[in-house]
Amino acid sequence: MMSKINHSTTERVGVYVCHCGSNIAGVIDVEAVAQWAAEHLKDRGVVIARDYKFMCSSLGQELIEKDIQELGLTRVVVAACSPHLHEATFRVACQRAGLNPYLCELVSIREQASWVHTDKHAATEKAKAIVSGGVERVLHHTPLDPLHVPIHPATLVVGGGIAGIQAALEIADAGFPVYLVEREPSIGGHMAQFDKTFPTLDCAACILTPRMVSIGSHPNVTLMTWSEVTNVAGYVGNFTVTVKKKARYINTDLCTGCGICQEKCPKKVIDDTFEAGLGYRKAVYTPFPQAVPKYPVIDHVNCTYFQKGTCRACEKLCPTDAIDFNQEDEIVTLQVGNIVLATGYDLFDARRVAQYGYARLANVFTSIEFERLSNAAGPTNGNIVLRDGVTVPKTVGIIHCTGSRDRNFNNYCSAICCMQSLKFAHLVKERTGATVYNFYIDIRTTAKAYDEFYQRVLEEGAIFVRGRVAEVTDASRMPNEEGKLIIQVEDTLAGLQRRIPVDMVILSVGLEPRRDSHEVAKLFGISCSSDGWIIEKHPKLDPVATMTEGVFVAGCAQGPKDIPNSVAQGAAAAARVLGRIQQKEIALEPVRASVDESKCSGCRICNGLCPFNAIIFHEDRMVTEVNPALCQGCGTCVAACPAGAISGTVFSNEQIFAQMEGLLLHNIEHPPLTEGVLA
Amino acid sequence: MTTKLLFYPGCSLQRTARPYLDSLVAISPLIGIELEEIQDWNCCGATEYIAIHHLASHALVGRNLALAAQQSNGTHTVMAACSACYLNLAKTDSYMQVNAQLNRQVNDALQAGGLHYQPGTVRIRHLLDIIVNDIGIEEIRTQVVRPLKGLRIAPYYGCMIARPDRDNRWDNVEHPLALDKLMKAIGAEVIDFPLKTHCCGGHMTQINMPTAYELIRRLVYGAAQYHADLMVTLCPMCQLNLDAYQSEMNRHFHTSYHMPILYFTQLLGLAFGLEPEVLGLGKEFVNASQALSRIGIEVPATELELEMVENKPARKKKEKAGLPMPQMRHSEEEDE
Repeated sequence: MMSKINHSTTERVGVYVCHCGSNIAGVIDVEAVAQWAAEHLKDRGVVIARDYKFMCSSLGQELIEKDIQELGLTRVVVAACSPHLHEATFRVACQRAGLNPYLCELVSIREQASWVHTDKHAATEKAKAIVSGGVERVLHHTPLDPLHVPIHPATLVVGGGIAGIQAALEIADAGFPVYLVEREPSIGGHMAQFDKTFPTLDCAACILTPRMVSIGSHPNVTLMTWSEVTNVAGYVGNFTVTVKKKARYINTDLCTGCGICQEKCPKKVIDDTFEAGLGYRKAVYTPFPQAVPKYPVIDHVNCTYFQKGTCRACEKLCPTDAIDFNQEDEIVTLQVGNIVLATGYDLFDARRVAQYGYARLANVFTSIEFERLSNAAGPTNGNIVLRDGVTVPKTVGIIHCTGSRDRNFNNYCSAICCMQSLKFAHLVKERTGATVYNFYIDIRTTAKAYDEFYQRVLEEGAIFVRGRVAEVTDASRMPNEEGKLIIQVEDTLAGLQRRIPVDMVILSVGLEPRRDSHEVAKLFGISCSSDGWIIEKHPKLDPVATMTEGVFVAGCAQGPKDIPNSVAQGAAAAARVLGRIQQKEIALEPVRASVDESKCSGCRICNGLCPFNAIIFHEDRMVTEVNPALCQGCGTCVAACPAGAISGTVFSNEQIFAQMEGLLLHNIEHPPLTEGVLA
Repeated sequence: MTTKLLFYPGCSLQRTARPYLDSLVAISPLIGIELEEIQDWNCCGATEYIAIHHLASHALVGRNLALAAQQSNGTHTVMAACSACYLNLAKTDSYMQVNAQLNRQVNDALQAGGLHYQPGTVRIRHLLDIIVNDIGIEEIRTQVVRPLKGLRIAPYYGCMIARPDRDNRWDNVEHPLALDKLMKAIGAEVIDFPLKTHCCGGHMTQINMPTAYELIRRLVYGAAQYHADLMVTLCPMCQLNLDAYQSEMNRHFHTSYHMPILYFTQLLGLAFGLEPEVLGLGKEFVNASQALSRIGIEVPATELELEMVENKPARKKKEKAGLPMPQMRHSEEEDE
């Protein structure tokens, strides 16, 4: 084979091959790879090639630093794990030794070779080719300096549930301004709907409302309810956020929150949101008495005046003339440095499990309906009754995992349903004395004091049947079943089918991402999993950051979790934001795409592709520009540009082609490969 | 426009389910389907054969598929009206697609008769699927000249058509609504029948009568509890079990149910204005004439007159007071 690269180099390259314990060395002959690089890549500038047990250890890093200083290395190639893990480690090591960090290249022989191959010989040959590619590429690197951008001290928190409240309070208490934007008329989120919280059975309102009041009165918090974020521009430290404040039709400067409008409004509407469809509200309403802010909103879809042009009862009776039917949506622009997304979850729609009869059989309830039913401030004043509003059930069946751990719906465990079901079992027992059956797959009570609560509910006499319920039906077979709901289930511990007649069924429905989570993710330039949960930067080591700098996530928006975990994540996100604000400026990776305006034809193909909204189109000059502070260096636009006008600072065509030539071993005289191992 | 279909009648439609065939043939031109019978078709194996001889049962079906593929001129859709035939044909086709060994073995067997079948060549579909999903409920509605107003129907799907749903044809496999919607479209009152996919007894009527009686009782009792005038089905085996064994079941349990079991094609025909005779009405064991006369349709006297049940209890009153009931999200057909 002819060598296609024959220009010589004056660079001095060091190659470091990591064993990663046995992760790499168990499959790849790392010594052979180092030795090969030293011999065959000598002409390509390699002056030293070493292997070491753990290159990422302090000793491994010191090895590189020493070589840079003593051998005068000008380029470094580390063959180890994925750049996601340790690129930063080795760049910093080079920097310590006085070498520009961007003259270091980390190539992966673990994720892309040792972990995915079993043929040791072939994997070793592949590792050699990968090292060769890294060497060719690094020769084309240039020194780069990070960008420094100032950080605006204000923070946007999206979502006023318990996670968002916690994040907002932490930041505000530290002395920095916070904008809290909430879609509903009041903050409080799902937690405000609950009666008791597990496992301590604290009253949810008693522990939540003081926090809500703090938000409402905090000098550093600007609360914007009945509002939605419609646009996000800018980048970490300097976001410009557009918020639509929907018309409340209430002049909040005049409104005292006296509630006369709600009392007198003649239009009664089923409240699908706060009361989960189980109760009523008026067309002018606050979702619940402790709402923050105290101002109501007028629901113009149901308001008689907006629909028919007459009524105005609220306007006539308002003692402070606060009703303003002419109010319009208001667009507000905010400057913030960081964003915390705490947008929460939606509940699984129990109608989808048709065999459980929700919305067909009157006395099948969902978990959130039961929360309202058992809530002293709910539609029945906390009386647990059937849908006729009066009958107290004598037997109640609670079906766990409705919509969760089910390949027909959601594969994941919703994390809260076991404890929620146990709480329901306790409340039903306590308040009605009814016989309670729990139908479960596994009981998962894995946090502090959770299993003790399970033991308590067992001791209270709740009955547990292990098995997924086949169906809930009103089709009785025997006289004792008539008028009842019959739960058909395989008891997998006893190994038999059971038919259990009950008066009431509670479906413990799972949590799902918000229906609009994909649109929200796009708005904020972050990603969702295919399920729709927001993807964190690292599932273990960075669970509150996202892949977009300056955008953090807290609470159930990231995945199902209970109240303590939501609060912890809200506080953690706040800590990260505060750390950023304290730095006053942030250094950004200089790995960026840039557009050669002379080559740009203005076709705009790249415009819609950027996942970080970093591309600006100049209508006047008909050219595209990449905002370097927003660009995350993903390379999508570079690949898409038909004119080849876009290049990336660490992924230029020159660099990529050089790496490919290296991988194909076009850079050495006598390539050792006899068969394709790069398949 | 006429949809041409390769028709696999199966044995039932020729004998016990003759009214199903007669009514299907009668309504075909009205709903725009043209049936071309697969020449020289053979048994589908029914429910039993696959349990006794796995390979032979697939080879048996394979022959039908090969013949259908050979005959396909202008269509690749094979339609079966019998649920068991439909399931067996679909099952073999599907297994042959995913199991190379079975594919080879079946084709080895077919070779003896000079046949070959490439799995996936024909698309196997049930009559209800074609009517609801291809022809469409709106088209059916336009053909209705005699809406079945006042007839209270329990829609009964049986176990074999909705599950497994390999091609995503049904809205919900556990609680399908296709037949419900179709029956509403022809003006009938449709109950939310909770047992719509439960077992009719299958071949238990041949091997274990007490089991069969109990399974039949559950369904008939369930429909009677909802005060259905009749049950409508789309499967010859369901119809046979519930109809032919209903009087024996009554004797067994000392009950006196009278629940006529008709084919959905017969009701479509009635709604389209066809005469009861051409739709095979009057051939059922449990006489439907009383139920149908309630909506002004006179059926010729049946061969077997059975005792009638009088004094139906009054229909359940709807609960009005209390907490609001959650609504189903899909829009219900409005003309009840």
